[in-house]
Amino acid sequence: MRQDQKVVNADYLLFDAPRKESFITGSEAVAEAIKRANIDMAVAYPITPQSESMHLVGELYAKGYVKDFYRAENEFAVMAAIHGASLAGGRVFTATSGPGTLRAMEMFPVWAGARQPIVCAFMCRGVSLPPSIQPENIEMAMLLETGMMMLHAENGQDFFDMLLKAYIVAEKPDVHLPVGVFADGFFVTHTRDKVMLPSEDLTLESYSPHCAPVPAFNMETPPIRITRDPLLNKSNFISYAANASWHQEVLAASERARKYLNRYLNGLLEVEKPEAKIMFAASGTAVSQCREAIRRLSDMGIEAGLIKIKSVRPFPEKELREATKEAEWIFVPEFNAGGWLAREIKAALDRNSRVVGEPRVFGGMTMPPEIIIDAVLKRLQSSDVNI
Amino acid sequence: MSKRIFKMCPEFEDIMPDEYKELVEKGPYGKGYGVSDLGNFKELIEEHPLCAGCGLALALRLVIASLPVPEETIVVGSTGCSSLLFPQVALHNIHSIFGNQNAVATGLKRAMQLRFPDKEKDVVVIAGDGATADIGLDMVMQSWFRRERLTTIMLDNEAYANTGGQESGMSVEKKVLNMAPTGKKFPKICLPEVAREAGCDYVATVSSANSRRIEKVVRQAVLTAREVGPSYVQIFSPCPTNYKFKSHESVAMAKAREKDGTYSMVEYVSDNARSFLEGLKEEAKHAKRN
Repeated sequence: MRQDQKVVNADYLLFDAPRKESFITGSEAVAEAIKRANIDMAVAYPITPQSESMHLVGELYAKGYVKDFYRAENEFAVMAAIHGASLAGGRVFTATSGPGTLRAMEMFPVWAGARQPIVCAFMCRGVSLPPSIQPENIEMAMLLETGMMMLHAENGQDFFDMLLKAYIVAEKPDVHLPVGVFADGFFVTHTRDKVMLPSEDLTLESYSPHCAPVPAFNMETPPIRITRDPLLNKSNFISYAANASWHQEVLAASERARKYLNRYLNGLLEVEKPEAKIMFAASGTAVSQCREAIRRLSDMGIEAGLIKIKSVRPFPEKELREATKEAEWIFVPEFNAGGWLAREIKAALDRNSRVVGEPRVFGGMTMPPEIIIDAVLKRLQSSDVNI
Repeated sequence: MSKRIFKMCPEFEDIMPDEYKELVEKGPYGKGYGVSDLGNFKELIEEHPLCAGCGLALALRLVIASLPVPEETIVVGSTGCSSLLFPQVALHNIHSIFGNQNAVATGLKRAMQLRFPDKEKDVVVIAGDGATADIGLDMVMQSWFRRERLTTIMLDNEAYANTGGQESGMSVEKKVLNMAPTGKKFPKICLPEVAREAGCDYVATVSSANSRRIEKVVRQAVLTAREVGPSYVQIFSPCPTNYKFKSHESVAMAKAREKDGTYSMVEYVSDNARSFLEGLKEEAKHAKRN
């Protein structure tokens, strides 16, 4: 924080503080969030389309909003340095994209296993399957079981709010886990959008490492003999049991986050027209594309509803079952070839042949509403469901 | 370090483990003990789970006893034999993963400086030769280039010992080891010289058989890192298990390699570090006289 900023509580900053409209890119929305997040340390490494956001965070350091900042040697080293700074009791931030995410992969379970409330922004892009720098969110599939919580922003406004909310939820003593905040690269990071911002003179209260369920790592906190991330050290049954129960506690902490996510995100998902026979379920910018497809379908006399999934980990299984009670078809448009979201939804629902993993675009292709509508019309023609 | 960290709650005194009570009553915190005091205080290592005759265990015992201010020292380790021992060391220490130790230490040291601007918190990296010279070399060297105020200590047993004796970059040329079935094809990495060129202000090699020299170089390295710039210490720690010699031969093995020159003992000190260390010596002399 800067001396001229006023520390306010999280609820005031997020819900009550008056907001003003701005017209900014997603990368700028990241910087606006970090400006108000009272960050101790940020570490950066360049990769498209993430770089611009970390340039801006670097400028925040130069202006005194962030206390320490440097450009590291690679993403694995970034995530390791951020881990070290978090262990020492700092509130930290970094961001990456696609291949950077994969390069850093070994560190994400370490964050969760060590119970560090690290917040990382992921500006999703293609990985090298084959090489692509274009929008795609296949990296999310690869992070599903890292123990990290995962929020998926639809637009700049979501990106701004979710980053701040991520710190608040991550740092709750009964949660204390890392959070990844994901946005589809370019579509969100490089386009301007209306974003409502509270005053830049306000900032979150600083992080207290003494809220952690694990001792702060500073030779100031008992016990004196503490090894962090230790649980592989012996090959015996007690070690296996300790490791397994610790892992279960990481998963349980993520479950305990649901109540906070419900409060701060206003639900892990949002539903429009739950009575519709045709539902779309999507996350990220695919949600916006669905909104336009729904409008056009309505013009054609076909009513469809929308489920916007905001939290991917923890996943809103129960809410999805409730929201799809009336649905005959559940279309899941995705910006990746793997179809991870459709698979998640299928695993959560009964009668899951209702789930249609279409359309899917990748390699940089866009998702015009026409192809969403085509997917719906094709299904309707080949079925006897009366809509 | 706050004194509360090791003060026992009177109500719990009767149920605290004996070795913990010993740490509180006879530990080295705040006492300024060194290697020559070994045997007269409760060491920070509580036994050790490594092989009989392990040169690395000996080196580590001496390193821990040589830390200038253990109560303000945080150790960053890495995967390997030493990581099996660290849970039994009474210092805050982290075993994160393999090779990332100098990156973790960078974040740790910087955040510690933010939280405790008026205190010196020594961050000391202690890792094996595989972690330092192979898988983690990128991050080790980058921390030197960035001039992070860290001490990096390599426990060099010239192999990946914990995974079963594979060749490492620090193994000597022609040595037959696992994954080098016809002998190692390139020379031992000259990491002390790399460290000097990469910007370390203090570099020294030492053998685990030379306890006095370990104390001297570890103290100089930690103090240099605190006040001047990065430092590197490389400790030859022979491995009886993988190099197949008898456990009681470790020290003799270390001495023999030092004597025949196949493990060279060097010390590189930058001008800044030299004048800093000489200043300390002067101060100490002065204090003694008074």
